[in-house]
Amino acid sequence: MTTKKNKLTRRNFLKGATAGAAALAIPVGTADASIWEAFFQKHFKEMTAADKVRVIKRLEEEYKEDYDRDIKIATTPAMPGVKFGYGLDLSRCIGCRRCVYACVRENNQSRDPQIQWITVLQFEKGEKGVSNLEEATKYYDPKKVPEDGHFYMPVQCQHCENPPCVRACPTQATWKEPDGIVVIDYNWCIGCRYCMAACPYGARHFNWRKPSIRKEEINPNTHYLGNRPRYRGVVEKCTFCIQRTRAGRYPACVEVCPVGARKFGNLLDPKSEIRYCIENKRVFRLKEDLNTSPKFFYFFAT
Amino acid sequence: MSQFIKNSVACLSPVTKGNKYYYLWVGFLGILICFGAFYYIQQLRYGLIVTNMRDQVSWGLYISNFTFLVGVAAAAVLLVVPAYIYHFKPIHEIVLFGELMAVVAVTMCLMFVSIDMGRLDRAWHILPFIGMMHFPASMLAWDVVVLNGYLAINVIVTFYALYMMAHHKEFSFKPIYPIIILSIPWAIGIHTVTAFLYNGLPSRPFWNASILAPRFIAGALCSGPALMIIVFQIVRKVSDIKITNRALFKIAQLVAYAVGIDMFLEGCEIFKEFYSNSIHLAPMKYVYLGLDGNYNLVPWTWAAIIAIAIAFIIFLQKRTRENILLLNIGCVLIFFGVYIEKGMGCVVPGFIPGTLGEIYQYSPSFTEKAISAGVFAFGALFYTFLLKIAIPIYTGKLRFYKDEDADKVTA
Repeated sequence: MTTKKNKLTRRNFLKGATAGAAALAIPVGTADASIWEAFFQKHFKEMTAADKVRVIKRLEEEYKEDYDRDIKIATTPAMPGVKFGYGLDLSRCIGCRRCVYACVRENNQSRDPQIQWITVLQFEKGEKGVSNLEEATKYYDPKKVPEDGHFYMPVQCQHCENPPCVRACPTQATWKEPDGIVVIDYNWCIGCRYCMAACPYGARHFNWRKPSIRKEEINPNTHYLGNRPRYRGVVEKCTFCIQRTRAGRYPACVEVCPVGARKFGNLLDPKSEIRYCIENKRVFRLKEDLNTSPKFFYFFAT
Repeated sequence: MSQFIKNSVACLSPVTKGNKYYYLWVGFLGILICFGAFYYIQQLRYGLIVTNMRDQVSWGLYISNFTFLVGVAAAAVLLVVPAYIYHFKPIHEIVLFGELMAVVAVTMCLMFVSIDMGRLDRAWHILPFIGMMHFPASMLAWDVVVLNGYLAINVIVTFYALYMMAHHKEFSFKPIYPIIILSIPWAIGIHTVTAFLYNGLPSRPFWNASILAPRFIAGALCSGPALMIIVFQIVRKVSDIKITNRALFKIAQLVAYAVGIDMFLEGCEIFKEFYSNSIHLAPMKYVYLGLDGNYNLVPWTWAAIIAIAIAFIIFLQKRTRENILLLNIGCVLIFFGVYIEKGMGCVVPGFIPGTLGEIYQYSPSFTEKAISAGVFAFGALFYTFLLKIAIPIYTGKLRFYKDEDADKVTA
């Protein structure tokens, strides 16, 4: 798989040469203007509508060349009057990890090395409970779940109202959208990983090398701020499936959950299911003491 | 202009001259630099996968070295204060070399941060106006400001001093005195901001302690001066610079206080975490005792504690610290101890256990060590060259007095 990708084309060569030259701050003359366009690409929030059209076109061409697939990149903005919230019923979760892999397929995570946006933690019943995460393991591997005497807690980006990662980022490459989703501009991130140190939920993942996904496994329906393929050396994370949810669909993990443990909806809509759950069930949020105010609510003993 | 070029060439020419030990030293550093560069090219090519850092421990040896070197840079203040505020003559004579060391250390800091970045080609995104610097919210943006500012301050002060020395029989520090004074709080500032970088993250209880900034500064005032004491002895051996024992002993005396404070602050931290015995004790346990069978930092931690304690005993008494051999042993022990304690011993436990309770034992890969060695060699070479330029001007061997128009040309 990798040998195929490492094939030396003129474009790849120029790309490498430019990256190398840029690293040394030596300008090189090149006829391929798109490389300079890529280098000077603006921050997503600074782009005009016309900029976006041009950038998306170039990125789609780049992906076509890289993955040999027609990948569509949407830039759908947040809907007014929407703030997304997520609910997870701990008493229902059976720890099957279907959400983990549905997420990987939907969001084009690297298969090698594996990147997963959802971590399912297994706890032993009767231990100290979910406030001491050191009691948990994410590497459980029994023949059948759920295992007797255990319960499970999936963790992913909590889309904090007060996100420490956003404050930490030195380049504003990550921010909270008006609908409450915390997003990353993968073309603006410098890969310093300060956000990963700041995140209390282990939700941020780094592309330690170029992500690899088999061509036929790529989901071609993407969003600029969501599941479009990422680059080496940038951070990524759960976006509440922005490409789906902004088009009125459920996130992939909600859809796939076989026991209905996962709920999703608009926190600003008093008649939404998520609001009903929050108002009528026993609710807690992870690490409340850090005042991050997650929009990810855990229900228990329902 | 031609005069300026001529003068520059005259300044740079000593760099190419030296005895065989000099060439050996430069060659040795050159090989290490090439070695580091080779591995860095691999890293650029394959990504940071060539390191042993992973999502669980997302900062490692590079950021540890960065943190330690901020301390070395900040330590120049220990010379600036006695030299310019108290006009203590033996130190005033060597303060320039301390400031040059700060220039080198900050340069190395910036190199380590750059090497650690996933996308160096996008480094300009962090700049104000051109990029989108997240100032004042992000502590990393603050760090960019204070480190570059500190570099600028020390470059200005040392360049001014050397330029004036080469061009005038007598000169005054008055025109740059405000900058010299500014360098004192700024030195404290760079290490405070670097500490706040960690300190401001409630997600990492090991760092989220207000004692961190004072501990960083105390550590800095140990390691930087210890390095200076050793380097200055080498300098006086290989050049005609007169560096008196009195100056070295004065520095040693100041180091003794700093070591004492450093040990006290560490003790405070140990007491607080172990006595309160909350679940936040885990990283402390990992560092001092080992956690759930994971011990890989423990021998290093205790080696550092013992080294610093022995050094403290040596530095505490005038009799022992003014014995050159014991002094040097003490300096090496301090340098080693603080390198462990304020480097890997500070950065890595922040990630262990991780925010979801996972323990990933990190130890740097060969690539990380090779690249780090390259950067340290670069720093040593840079400092050597700076001294090669500065020393002839300092001793009066290199003078531009006779050039009547020298002032006009560059004024």
